[in-house]
Amino acid sequence: MIHISDEDFIALRAHGEETYPHECCGVLLGKSEASGNRVHLIVRAGNTRTDSAHNRYNIAPQELVRIQRQARGLGFDIVGFYHSHPDHPAQWSQTDFAEAHWFGCSYLITSVEQGRAITTNSFLLTGTSEETKTFQNEQVIVGAPAAPAMAAHKGEA
Amino acid sequence: MKIHIPTPLRSYTGGKETVEVAGATVAATLDQLATDFPELRNHLFTGEGKLRSFVNVYFNDDDVRYLPSKEETAVSDGDELTIIPSIAGGSVCFAGFCCCL
Repeated sequence: MIHISDEDFIALRAHGEETYPHECCGVLLGKSEASGNRVHLIVRAGNTRTDSAHNRYNIAPQELVRIQRQARGLGFDIVGFYHSHPDHPAQWSQTDFAEAHWFGCSYLITSVEQGRAITTNSFLLTGTSEETKTFQNEQVIVGAPAAPAMAAHKGEA
Repeated sequence: MKIHIPTPLRSYTGGKETVEVAGATVAATLDQLATDFPELRNHLFTGEGKLRSFVNVYFNDDDVRYLPSKEETAVSDGDELTIIPSIAGGSVCFAGFCCCL
C-alpha cells in the first residue's frame, strides 16, 4: 500500500484537472517502509511529450536528476510517480508498463473525465528485472496514519 | 568519484544512495561499478555490454549521451555520476494492443 496525505492526494488530482486534456506527471518523494511507500512531498514535473500530450507523458531526465537531488537534500527518496489519463480509465496501459523501470516504486494514475478527476489508483512495480516485472494493485491510504479520522481509499477517490 | 544510485537499484549496493568508484572514463567507472556490485550489471547493460536504452547517466549536469566523447569522457575524483532510469508512459495503447486491466 501507499500512504499519502490528504493535501498531496488532492494536489496531484488537481494537477490532472489543470493540465486536461493533456496528461500531467510528477514525482512522489518519501520513504519506503515495511507497510509500503510513504509520500512526504509531491513534486510537479513537466510533460515533455508535447507532440502527444493527451495520451503520453515523459519527464525529462534532467528534471529527474534535479528532483532526485532535491529528495536527497530533504532526506527523502523517490518512492513513486503520478500521471493522469484524460478521458481514459485509471488503469495502467501497455505503454505505462513498457516504460516502467523503477522497481519498488508506486505508479499513481488518475482518470480525468471532461476536466474532472474521477478515480485514482496505484500500482506497485514488482519484480527484479525487465523480464519478471509486474504491476501490482496497491491500496491508497489517504491521510496521516496516526490521525483518528484517517480515510482509506481503496484506490478510488 | 561519487555515483548516485536511484531507488530501485539500491538493493544491489547494500542500500547505499552514493558509492565511491574509481575509473578514468565514464565507461570505465560504470564497468567498475558493475564489478564492485555484480548484480547491477544486468540492470545497467544489455548482453552486448551497451547501456540499456532506459538508463540515463548524467556526468555532473550533463547527459553522457550528448557529451562529445560520450562514455569515453575522462573523469576525475571531484566529478559525479548520476544514474537515473527514464520515467514515461501514457494512456495510449502500445503497438496496437489496448489491454488496460
